[in-house]
Amino acid sequence: MYRTKFFDHLILIAGVILMLGPLVVAFTTSTHTAAEIHTDGLMLSIGDHFTETYDKVLFRGGGFTGEVTGLTMALNSLILGLGFAIGKIVLSMMAAYAIVYFRFRFATLAFWLIFTTLLLPLEVRIMPSYKVMSDLGLLNTHTGLILPLLASATGTFFFRQFFKSVPDELLEAARIDGAGPVKFFIDVLVPLSRTMIAAVFIIMFVYGWNQYLWPMLMTTDESFYTLMRGIKQILQVWVGSQIPDYNEAFAMAVLAMLPPVVIVVIFQSWFIKGLTESDK
Amino acid sequence: MATIHIDQVSKIYDGGVHAVKGIDIAIEDGEFIVLVGPSGCGKSTLLRMVAGLEAISEGTVSIGGRVVNTVEPADRDIAMVFQNYALYPHMSVFDNLAYGLRNRKTPKAEIEARVAEAARMLEIEPYLKRKPRALSGGQRQRVAMGRAIVRKPAVFLFDEPLSNLDAKLRVTMRGEIRKLQRRLATTAIYVTHDQLEAMTLADRLVVLNGGVIEQIGTPLEVYHRPASTFVASFIGSPAMNLLEGTIDGGQLVIGDVSMAFGIPTSASGPVTVGIRAEDLLLAGEGVAGLPFRVDYVEELGAHRLVHGHLSSQALTAIIPLEAAITEELRLTVAPERVHFFARDTGRRIEPLQPHPGSRAPMPLAREASFA
Repeated sequence: MYRTKFFDHLILIAGVILMLGPLVVAFTTSTHTAAEIHTDGLMLSIGDHFTETYDKVLFRGGGFTGEVTGLTMALNSLILGLGFAIGKIVLSMMAAYAIVYFRFRFATLAFWLIFTTLLLPLEVRIMPSYKVMSDLGLLNTHTGLILPLLASATGTFFFRQFFKSVPDELLEAARIDGAGPVKFFIDVLVPLSRTMIAAVFIIMFVYGWNQYLWPMLMTTDESFYTLMRGIKQILQVWVGSQIPDYNEAFAMAVLAMLPPVVIVVIFQSWFIKGLTESDK
Repeated sequence: MATIHIDQVSKIYDGGVHAVKGIDIAIEDGEFIVLVGPSGCGKSTLLRMVAGLEAISEGTVSIGGRVVNTVEPADRDIAMVFQNYALYPHMSVFDNLAYGLRNRKTPKAEIEARVAEAARMLEIEPYLKRKPRALSGGQRQRVAMGRAIVRKPAVFLFDEPLSNLDAKLRVTMRGEIRKLQRRLATTAIYVTHDQLEAMTLADRLVVLNGGVIEQIGTPLEVYHRPASTFVASFIGSPAMNLLEGTIDGGQLVIGDVSMAFGIPTSASGPVTVGIRAEDLLLAGEGVAGLPFRVDYVEELGAHRLVHGHLSSQALTAIIPLEAAITEELRLTVAPERVHFFARDTGRRIEPLQPHPGSRAPMPLAREASFA
């Protein structure tokens, strides 16, 4: 018994080290100066420039205009992540509701058309999407950042499967209780989907938060920069003898990781329920 | 509180399946009607058409004199109890009961009064704040009934509400449903495949088979004068014995056994003979009786169910405990307890005149009015 337990824990500990190691190193390294990092490489010890570096990353203006702080970028990322997740959930729930509960022509066809777009990543349709957004005059806006990514086959699929597992009698009971389609959706389906919504929210928030390519295309105005772009911006200063601010890049990476972690920690119990619970 | 008229109602599904075929039932105010039949006989479809959950292909359903064919379920003044309860899992018991009333813009004070009243009636007051998840099956069923009661509908519809409960609870709940319906005097339609439930609950039974009505009648009528071999075999446990026989003059011949038969019937030639297991008696000393080969015995405590053969046709008899069971028993049956059915159609053949001393035929007046 004891031996089994011991090895079980050994494996778990190894896993933790493997997963957490890089993050810890990123954090410890970010507390040293750029010059130290440049000469000595990654650091495991905690340096004494923590406050200085993080203060600079968060509050000092950077970029060409010198007005973009880390905080602005974090805010942009947050808007993108939240708008993305909430928008996707609202849209895909409504789409799934229509597909599952209303009999209209070509419903199945419509669903499978949506579903096949799952196979097409954003990168494939990035040029047409860009063209549409630029024609609509939505470049350099938050709307332009969020809107084209909202249609979600994955979300629609998740909610469709969930709605299909809701017993028909619930709908019938609601009909007898005098609830119309909208009331049934809001009073019964949405509360029932709570855990599902949480699960999709986490996935979509992290996905939106980590978007890199699309914001890079869509925004040229620095005030719309997201954290992901900010990291790259810092490292892009390799001119002459100037060394990149490695410490700042690491600090920003650590900061960029925090919100998704917080979200996952908060929602994790719902997340697991949403993905595994079938008991309604 | 309303009458229900089901007039020539049919259900034809898109694929052309004819699930319900021209059903006529007139239900009186406050009556408890049970639709009973094997699965796939159309009983649930019929109920759902009354509820408005299923479109009516042909015919009309009227509730309280109003044709409701195209009326939304919520506006039909009905309440339904489902087999799997269909409680809203995210709402408390109170909210489950109140939901329908809230949707009807009932004043808050009245909602509370009505829910409290229903909760008291069903003894679910301690659970009002709980979620359905935290309730047992029987409690959930009570809540489902409470949801029907608070609405004070004209008609209760029950779709196999007791099927998910264990046997003991089923008996208790059966009694409670009956009591409640009596007390509220609300017209009720109840669907079940359990003949015992049907017998014990119904004012009148509607036995359905293959989308058509086999018989409508009080439980006793249906039990004692089944209209067809189907009804005879479906209602009652053990099922009525059905034997192939021939009527030849005053003689009933079953296989190589024949018995004198005193009651004149219009039947002659091959018939199906129906005998209830409890009507078979052990022959006394000196009476010839029918030779009955015993295969096996089922002990039921109060009596024994003896399965065997009468000239190579299966037969079940109920034998009192004190009787000795030998390999071959001799049985008799009172002539007036023997039922005849046409061999080809399975319909009942009535005796021409009641045998003196036989059970008086059940009044047919009600049945006649539905023709």
